Amino acid sequence: MPMEMPAHIVTSYDEQLRKLRDMVARMGGLAERQVHDATQALVRRDSELAAEVVARDAALDQLEREIEAFSIRILATRQPMASDLRFIVAAMKVSHDLERIGDYARNGAKRSIVVSQQPHLGSLNGFQRMSVLVQENLKRAIDALVNDDAEEAERVWAGDEPIDDVYNGIFREMLTHMMEDPRNITAATHLLFIAKNLERIGDHATNIAETVHYAVRGDSLPEDRPKADSSAYAVIRPPE
Amino acid sequence: MSSTTTTPAETASFGGVHARSEAVLNKVARISVRNLDFFYGENKALKGINLDLPDRQVTGMIGPSGCGKSTLLRVLNRMYSLYPGQRAVGEVLMDGRNMIGADVDMNELRAKVGMVFQKPTPFPMTIYDNIAFGVRLHERMSKSQMDDRVEWALSRAAIWGEVKDRLQTSALGLSGGQQQRLCIARTIAVRPEVILFDEPTSALDPISTLKIEELIDELKRDFTICIVTHNMQQAARCADQVAFFYLGELVEVAPAAQMFTAPREKRTQEYITGRFG
Repeated sequence: MPMEMPAHIVTSYDEQLRKLRDMVARMGGLAERQVHDATQALVRRDSELAAEVVARDAALDQLEREIEAFSIRILATRQPMASDLRFIVAAMKVSHDLERIGDYARNGAKRSIVVSQQPHLGSLNGFQRMSVLVQENLKRAIDALVNDDAEEAERVWAGDEPIDDVYNGIFREMLTHMMEDPRNITAATHLLFIAKNLERIGDHATNIAETVHYAVRGDSLPEDRPKADSSAYAVIRPPE
Repeated sequence: MSSTTTTPAETASFGGVHARSEAVLNKVARISVRNLDFFYGENKALKGINLDLPDRQVTGMIGPSGCGKSTLLRVLNRMYSLYPGQRAVGEVLMDGRNMIGADVDMNELRAKVGMVFQKPTPFPMTIYDNIAFGVRLHERMSKSQMDDRVEWALSRAAIWGEVKDRLQTSALGLSGGQQQRLCIARTIAVRPEVILFDEPTSALDPISTLKIEELIDELKRDFTICIVTHNMQQAARCADQVAFFYLGELVEVAPAAQMFTAPREKRTQEYITGRFG
């Protein structure tokens, strides 16, 4: 845990920082819900829910703009230093990651509308599983930011591999469906993109965790994070 | 508690984006303060200070009022020895000599270590004589040599263009910012090695302040600089290394980039983020 800090001499500064923290937490919650609902829309073939996810993305974009404007205002008026400075810059960076996460969720929702009009391609359990893992990491990363918890951030950062494993499984499965019957190609391609979106969302969650770690501790995590995405070489491995 | 050596500028990074801190700190110390205690009568105002001022770099000293930073500055050029009851114990090493030792000639020291104060302190004489006065104490030279020296000092202090046509008028007619730059010119005219700045801009308007900061940045090419300031942003802008003092102790010294983004000590953190007391 970070150093216990007393309050600022200027009370309104504390209030502003608290407000910024709340805004990021709210945005994190919304992004998490978008990922959840986009996956539900896919699994339940619920095009109405998918349309809701698409429409709700505007709220995330709006929150990102608000966080950015508010952060810039604090930077300009308070000239923050040290942990305050790191937190404010982290809030801006995290809001940007969350906005990208929202874009991936929206894109997945759009694709799920197409997929729901195609024949079934076996079980979508892998997507459920992947989505749950991604949401969990995302929630933990945001909680780490809200609670100044660098250890939790580090665990999230190091814990992305199971997501990659599920992704690799889905990748192979979809290739198999396409090879079996070309009529599967439309649905399988969309599903591949959806899986890729979830994998990217997981990566953004680890970005958030990295940012949180820096905000709390003031030092960076190592550059190479444990990764297990092997889909690039799933079919043909290039010569070494 | 206190760190004795300067560390090379550490890499400041954010979320995987690594940026080398601009100033790589020079390891050669121009002044080394060792185990320095200072007393105002019975009152111990500095406690066991160990600090290096790296050659041709800017060291910023920050801390709340009464923390000892100005006291240390006064020790560095022995201002304190004008006052009875004030004494320093320890070493201030410059070229291997203890500058607070009894054998050191005060005039020699003051020629090596110049000081600029909070309020501009021009002498009530002409602009030219303000510069020439100190030089005459230390060196004999011809009129033309003196003219050259005056022009050199005023140019280095970035005020030559503003005063070259009125050198024989009173320095008291200059604006506050100009007077402060004149005082800097007067300080560098005797070609010191070290310049001490005691809150040099706290009495100046923002533009004059920036001119002084620009000047400090320029002067550090030739001089070792130590600046006491209450303005944290000023320390962040001007200094290569920053030392934080509290209750007579040196709490932390670090490259400026690290000091203001990720200080190590809790007390530093609380002070620079505005949480003190």
